[in-house]
Amino acid sequence: MPPATPILEADRLVKIFGDSTALSGLSFSLAAGESLGLLGVNGAGKTTAMNLLLGLTTPTSGSVRMFGLDLWKHRIEILRQVNFSSAYTSLPSNLLVWQNLTVFARLYRVPQPQQRIAELLELLDIAHLRKSVTGTLSAGESTRVNLAKALLNKPRLLLLDEPTASLDPDIADRVRKLLRRLQTETGLSILYTSHNMRDIEEVCDRMVFLHGGKVLAEGTPAEVQARFKRKSLEDFFIGVARGEIEAIGLE
Amino acid sequence: MPFSFHTVSALVLRYVFLYTRHPVRFVELVFWPLVDLLVWGFLTVYLQKSGAGEVPTTITFLIGGMILWDVLFRSQQGVAISFLEDVWTRNLLNVFVAPVRTVEYVAATCLVGVLRVGVTLIILAVVAALAYGFHLADLGLALLPFLGNLMLFGWFLGMVSTALIMRWGQAAESLAWAVPFFIQPLAAVFYPVSVLPAWLQPIAKALPCTPIFEGMRAVLSGQPTPWGHVQSAFLLNLVWGGLAAWFFAANLRHVRKTGLLVKVATH
Repeated sequence: MPPATPILEADRLVKIFGDSTALSGLSFSLAAGESLGLLGVNGAGKTTAMNLLLGLTTPTSGSVRMFGLDLWKHRIEILRQVNFSSAYTSLPSNLLVWQNLTVFARLYRVPQPQQRIAELLELLDIAHLRKSVTGTLSAGESTRVNLAKALLNKPRLLLLDEPTASLDPDIADRVRKLLRRLQTETGLSILYTSHNMRDIEEVCDRMVFLHGGKVLAEGTPAEVQARFKRKSLEDFFIGVARGEIEAIGLE
Repeated sequence: MPFSFHTVSALVLRYVFLYTRHPVRFVELVFWPLVDLLVWGFLTVYLQKSGAGEVPTTITFLIGGMILWDVLFRSQQGVAISFLEDVWTRNLLNVFVAPVRTVEYVAATCLVGVLRVGVTLIILAVVAALAYGFHLADLGLALLPFLGNLMLFGWFLGMVSTALIMRWGQAAESLAWAVPFFIQPLAAVFYPVSVLPAWLQPIAKALPCTPIFEGMRAVLSGQPTPWGHVQSAFLLNLVWGGLAAWFFAANLRHVRKTGLLVKVATH
């Protein structure tokens, strides 16, 4: 039986901004139902990669395919099956939670939108916030509302940019468990960027570690740890940030 | 499916929620136009009284000019401010990664412009009639094409404003208000083109709104409806529409290439 088409394929992505090369030939793929962590120290290229995958920035060269389709040729068709949540975006603060979710449910053509919104608010334990003003929510509540928006269309691929940033350990733990549960129950594929190594260990099946716009390491968190002889993923991250690991990785 | 009214209606719904949830937002639509109307209205009354009958009653074109200028301005604001709302609330990325075509996004902001113009126009027309005896309906059949052409030009200026804000970021936000006023001195809103220096007149005549304001004065002076002016305005709008669409698309390509779109959206 031929292997299934990956949900996401980044092929030799290069992005140059003026004199600076943010990505130099990034390639990776994500299988259906898989959860992949995209890691790197500040400036490694993960935000640039995320923006290219979302179609917010155009690559200098290379291509992105999702569900077997070229992102730039089939953008709308692809985006209907994808969703996104980031710690660096928010829903309009001046609207009520249900109003924001209703607008996005319509944009994603969600059937029976009010029912779906109610389901998600229950799932994320924020049903009591339905009529709250979005701008008055705490960081944890806001993250969960953003996640509700990201799950509205039952996406096949969810792109999450540091979703647990600014969350307290309790809420962060709940978010991680929820994502893992959704992935198991629905076969959702997740691409996840984070500086929190615990997120990666708990949520991701596999990780791609970027450094200087290139892939420095790829594999399961345990494999990467073992290969670089580090006692934890965090130790590995610190090693890269301090220049102790780069030479080994590029060998 | 190349264009979805469903998507446009979803985007407009967001602004309907915003304006109905915050009645204070209506102040922005009503307060400044009313202040303008009162200033120009009392100036007109003063000129008519001090002229002791020598100043023609057609001086009411000051009020007409003010109201029609506001149509253009509110239409431009509908496009530019709607975009800025998404920037200010850090919602722009959510919209740009949703299945929304650029043309649908622009169409939604244009429709918001129509709604803003509708609210302002009704209030100004009523106040002008009650306070100064100026009846917008006196413009007769020409009123609709006059309004339509001004609204179109407002959209195009809004697209240009938005493109400039995307390109130059937060520092250029004031362009959302400034762009219409760059052209106002040349647009013959309150005086005829013939008043301008000869070298400026060709530039003034290249603006789609100029023949509309000239036409408005002609109708208020009792002349027949100048359909030629309406036709000129429409043809100029076609040219300006094409240029504005090209300028917007070129800038969108540029900000996607340089990463400025994300910077503007997450500043």
